[in-house]
Amino acid sequence: MKGSFSALRQGQSQSSPTLRLRIRSSHSWGQAVAAQLSRDVESKVRSPLRRGGVQREFLMTAELIHRLHFAFTITFHYLFPQLTMGLGLLIVVLKSVALKTGSEQWDRAARFWGRIFGINFVFGVVTGIPMEFEFGTNWARFAQLSGGVIGQPLAMEGVFSFFLESAFLGLFLYGEKRLSRLMHWFSAVMVFVGSWISGFFIIVTDAWMQHPVAYDRLPNGQFEVLSFWQLLLNPWGLLQYAHNMTGAVVTGSFVMSAVGAFYLLEGRLNDYGHIFVKVGVIAGLVSSIVIIFPTGDLHGKYVARYQPAAIAGMEGLFKTEEGAGMVLIGQPNEETGQIDNPIIVNDALSFLIYGTTKAEVKGLDQIPHDQWPTALPLLYYAYHIMAGLGTWFALLMVGSAFLLWRKRLYSARWALWALLLSFPLPYIANTAGWMTAELGRQPWLIYGLMRTSEGYSSTVSASNGLFTLLGFMGLYALLGILFTVLIYREISSGPEIAATEQQAVHAG
Amino acid sequence: MMGFIWFWLVAEMIVGYVVLDGFDLGVGVLHLFLPRTEQERRATLASIGPVWDGNEVWLLAGGGTLYFAFPLLYASAFSGFYLPLMIVLWLLVLRGVCLELRNHIEVGVWRGLLDGLFGLSSALLTIFFGAALANVLRGVPLQADGYFFLPLWTNWQPGTHPGILDWYTVIGGLVALVALTLHGALWLILKTSGALAERARRLVSPLWAVLVTLTLASLAATIAVRPASLGNYFRYPATFIVPAGVVASLAAIWLLTRGNRPLKAFLASCLYLFFMLAGACWGVYPTLLPATTGADRDITLSRAISGPHTLAVGLVWWAFGMALAVAYVVFVYSKFRGKVDLHGGAH
Repeated sequence: MKGSFSALRQGQSQSSPTLRLRIRSSHSWGQAVAAQLSRDVESKVRSPLRRGGVQREFLMTAELIHRLHFAFTITFHYLFPQLTMGLGLLIVVLKSVALKTGSEQWDRAARFWGRIFGINFVFGVVTGIPMEFEFGTNWARFAQLSGGVIGQPLAMEGVFSFFLESAFLGLFLYGEKRLSRLMHWFSAVMVFVGSWISGFFIIVTDAWMQHPVAYDRLPNGQFEVLSFWQLLLNPWGLLQYAHNMTGAVVTGSFVMSAVGAFYLLEGRLNDYGHIFVKVGVIAGLVSSIVIIFPTGDLHGKYVARYQPAAIAGMEGLFKTEEGAGMVLIGQPNEETGQIDNPIIVNDALSFLIYGTTKAEVKGLDQIPHDQWPTALPLLYYAYHIMAGLGTWFALLMVGSAFLLWRKRLYSARWALWALLLSFPLPYIANTAGWMTAELGRQPWLIYGLMRTSEGYSSTVSASNGLFTLLGFMGLYALLGILFTVLIYREISSGPEIAATEQQAVHAG
Repeated sequence: MMGFIWFWLVAEMIVGYVVLDGFDLGVGVLHLFLPRTEQERRATLASIGPVWDGNEVWLLAGGGTLYFAFPLLYASAFSGFYLPLMIVLWLLVLRGVCLELRNHIEVGVWRGLLDGLFGLSSALLTIFFGAALANVLRGVPLQADGYFFLPLWTNWQPGTHPGILDWYTVIGGLVALVALTLHGALWLILKTSGALAERARRLVSPLWAVLVTLTLASLAATIAVRPASLGNYFRYPATFIVPAGVVASLAAIWLLTRGNRPLKAFLASCLYLFFMLAGACWGVYPTLLPATTGADRDITLSRAISGPHTLAVGLVWWAFGMALAVAYVVFVYSKFRGKVDLHGGAH
């Protein structure tokens, strides 16, 4: 962003056309957003408003602020649920082994991850509360029209998932001494189920915005649900859910194997290191493959069918081609309609989408310019980061699983280092994946029905929006630091200490 | 008919939220000054530890229900109350984090900081919630399209163009602060023992006296600011049972605490909150958000309600889901019933 502001300052002292040219010819994403905005508001600000201050409006439109507001808070929020949902499953695995074998060590392992889960869950809850409100505060026009449809899954999330989760999380974290072993295992399962139901309703909500189904419009313009089950079983949503939840398991298993690798590399808590690496790598192997095939593959084909503009933007395909190639690396250049510095695999894109190397793939040239994804380069990079990291996940986990099978993983320090250092990557990949989905949807808020520019709260000025956006940034910076410190302390004290401490702290 | 049902269902969720999260907010306020030792602070927090998150879910579920049943109200009110709502969100974030994490931090200085922030954010939240309700009762400057935007304050007078805070809404905030602090004190008497519970008990009398005064003041102020709020009562005189319920439950809180019946006293406090909120809802029904700019701009039930099919479908899963939710609440509270025990490591 810094670059775009300085470009702006320079531009202000020059004439406006130069400013636009400078912004447009740039590559970084902040500038890409600015470029798009200048394209959007160009028509509006031409003529009477063109004064010295107008350029500032380019960056600080209420629409952009509200988009950033939602994007920032949801991106930060989703760092937590993705671990909650992935770890929830793995804790059930640990608890199940403990229940079956009666092993105290696996119980302690589960308790240790329960503590990390608990901290993580709190951050997920508190950063999730604003999301429920921001539809109304920042996207009022959208909320007014869409409430009858997507208010439904959002309310269902509260009613069906949050009550369940909060009830059983209390029992899982505070109630181990009060419950039987079986009951405690059951509360772990219910926490896991609750978090996955929660994810489902959110995906249903998003899927309807991506691919509206089963709706009607009332005379006052509001959308109404026609079929409850079609809304819940939106095919887009089912594919997205499968892909997304697998992504959560990738995060969970990478975090678990990284902590195991950390202990093994430090040469302490070796027994726990073995458990964590083993469970993490097995779950990581399965999820890293499933996230590519079938879930990613099927979801991608569905997107190609219903959002050709999104696919063209993701792939940086400016021109319609038969036997379209897949760009591995390169920078999309909106000015020339080409990829700069490209490395391309011939025919691969046609094959991936249609199963034949000669199929025609629609490029951006066949899409009206006002329907191009707005932040095109960012969409392209987000998708490539996700796909690139996904490839690395599969390679790393196949290799690690092979070593595990040959009983050499625990002593292969280079492999343990790779597992340790890879733990942030699934967070980046999941975030990039969501950016791909949501940027690909642009310029639509509800695909094909309502534009993003029609949805934000017109009574909330850019200045008020910026005020609270900055507030959230400050608060979340604080939360991020706190979270990191707390988790690091949990991990360095380890399962043995956590086991004794927990009784002291949570007594009562 | 659908409108009537959903109005009261949403109202019921708000009551559920205030009654349940109300006591843990109140305990948060008391946490600032009531417990004197680390042991007592832990007991205070342990009394709400396993349940506060579930209590807060009522707010989320209520917000979601409002969103789909009355989209126009949700959109208009949430964007119009933008600034105070955002502050409420920050306070909720801060409060949850402070409460949960103080047990993960051993260093006394940081604990003190987290405790202070927790108490402060709890107190501010009660004030904001009370003021929010008062804002709805007073009305907001709705434009013709059903939207508005309120600054935090203007001239502190409830007029055509008021701010979030004026003398009337401040009274609302104070009522909520005192009522929920009392609610929290009654919860602590119920859940803790020894010197801590005794101190909470001694606090009941002064809080109660202030609450009676404030309740009467808020009643008089509401009638002064919005005379129309009595309309429904005179049209259906039987509904005067609601203000009678306020008086009766207030008296019951006093008598039952004196008679050493902590559970019943706490339930009486729940009833007080219920009657206060029900009375307020009935005072505006069937308006959802009155306009200070002319009654023709009121957001009414029929104007804000979702489509008939949406609501019919919603009723089915809502009833099913809330039955489940109530079952969880009963289950959890029964699992953690009885007094908080910090010594018995055996359980």
